[in-house]
Amino acid sequence: ELPPSHFPAARAAAVAVGYLRYLRGGPGRGLQLREVRRARRQDIEDVGHKYYLELELEDVLDKDRTVNCTAEVLYPLGSKTSAPDVQVTVQGELRDTEEADKEFYNRIRSLEKELVAENIPDSHGNVPPELEPIHLLAGVASGYVIWQNSTENTKLHLAQVKHVKQVKRSDEDLQFDYVLLLHEMVSQ
Amino acid sequence: MRLPVLLAALVAVATCTETFVGHQVLRVVPQSDEELQKVQELQDLEHLQLDFWLAPRGLGLPVDIRVPFPSLQAVKAHLEAAGVSYSIMIEDVQALLDEEQTEMLRSSRQLPLNTNTFNYEAYHTIDEIYSFMDMLVAENPNLVSKLEIGRSTENRPLYVLKFSTGGTNRPAVWIDTGIHSREWVTQASGVWFAKKIVQDHANNEGVASILETMDIFLEIVTNPDGFAFTQTKNRLWRKTRSKHSGSICVGVDPNRNWDAGFGEAGASGNPCTETYHGPYPNSEPEVKSIVDFVKSHGNIKAFVSIHSYSQLLLYPYGYTNTPVPDQQELHEVSAKAVAALSSLYGTKYKYGSIITTIYRASGGTIDWTYNQGIKYSFTFELRDTGRYGFLLPAKQIVPTAEETWLALKVIMEHARDNMY
Repeated sequence: ELPPSHFPAARAAAVAVGYLRYLRGGPGRGLQLREVRRARRQDIEDVGHKYYLELELEDVLDKDRTVNCTAEVLYPLGSKTSAPDVQVTVQGELRDTEEADKEFYNRIRSLEKELVAENIPDSHGNVPPELEPIHLLAGVASGYVIWQNSTENTKLHLAQVKHVKQVKRSDEDLQFDYVLLLHEMVSQ
Repeated sequence: MRLPVLLAALVAVATCTETFVGHQVLRVVPQSDEELQKVQELQDLEHLQLDFWLAPRGLGLPVDIRVPFPSLQAVKAHLEAAGVSYSIMIEDVQALLDEEQTEMLRSSRQLPLNTNTFNYEAYHTIDEIYSFMDMLVAENPNLVSKLEIGRSTENRPLYVLKFSTGGTNRPAVWIDTGIHSREWVTQASGVWFAKKIVQDHANNEGVASILETMDIFLEIVTNPDGFAFTQTKNRLWRKTRSKHSGSICVGVDPNRNWDAGFGEAGASGNPCTETYHGPYPNSEPEVKSIVDFVKSHGNIKAFVSIHSYSQLLLYPYGYTNTPVPDQQELHEVSAKAVAALSSLYGTKYKYGSIITTIYRASGGTIDWTYNQGIKYSFTFELRDTGRYGFLLPAKQIVPTAEETWLALKVIMEHARDNMY
């Protein structure tokens, strides 16, 4: 059993939330950790360390609602190149974002020129409202990167979107290339 | 002189579409008819897109030419081949324009006349903060004084505000903000704290009672070189800006440079990392000046070093698993402080020793101050928990400062009521 308020649990939680953002995040949904309710660590011989977590999350666009989930994070033994194995189960339904997603899609499609932006948030923490969905999408991308690059001794956060550029496509999909700055807490 | 007028015109153009990156302004003073002719020839070469700020008029009269970057080589070759000497008046026109733009914006902003019109809800430059400090002292000369405890690597003054109602070398509280330069909400909170102390004293409430028997020392911009760097070059710079021999990388982590477990696990010996401890303890003037101050003062009873982010209140140790002898008391004070903080806006904080709550860190500030005998040594990590991280929106400055202040008061009051 681990103190839920301490970083060893928080590190595993960060991986789980990153993974969840990758799976379920979008321009209309930004999931973030509110609280680690409970954390347990199991050392499995010849396999690795497995964390069992009970997490309380919230959607930054719907902060009054509580999203509960459980997660299992397995850091493979010795492997520095293998991503942790993560399972996450969300209790209940996440808020529907179909409207918001459609609106975002149409807005970007209707732009005359491909979207380009940088420094989100800016030095003063500002995110222009029309760029908030782009910021949330960065959370999806960084969620993946964080999950793939985390170890038991790292805690990665998205620090800033340095640059984002929409890539012109011949089909109807939207594509954005991001340059992201990640902050590694433990080695700072 | 024609220069400023033309610069202003260029600014107007620059803000629309054009850029003058790499353009140079060359000056030629033709000394002979041949030289004059060579310069006049340039006027006919339309493809070079030259912009004559001062056209050729006669011998001995300067000719100023703005040369676009792609044409620079051709023009210089043309002049050099003919033996015509020139000087570079402006190395990069765009750089000058950018500087001018900044100056214009700055002077068009309303400069605060006193600490009541100062905007606490915004982030400020070093100059604005230093001028705030001077205004605060000028407005409250019987309470506040400014001390210079040293100079940074780049020779910036290290200022500490002293709040005192009298006495000689009274037991004191130390608070520092901004030791890690990118943690902007901390310097901004420090400014707010300074004003709050003055207000409480004037209204005879809050910390007024603490000031009856104790002094408060507040260092707002503890790492000014780093802070300047975050404003000009890299918003996410953390360390100092020192250059130590043998490395191309710059800066030492000022929170790994103290003489407590220096160089042990929990810091890096690699100068290119964010937690580089430096070549030896107190190598950084920003750290040494505080060490010297604390030692010579000799009567500091509470020491609080403020960082962001993560929403934590931490006490020693970071460099060892051995709990401090006063662990129980510090834990209880932390619980009380955190409860007071949360009471205002519901902001949730965690607390504990550095090593158990976050990670092993050696050479840290409060490990050293605790080992010096300053029992009430604490470190805060302010808002938030990662949504904005270091880039906390300015509108959260005041709420953050307000709630943190409640926690600081708990610590200060406890120190006052438990004198040792």
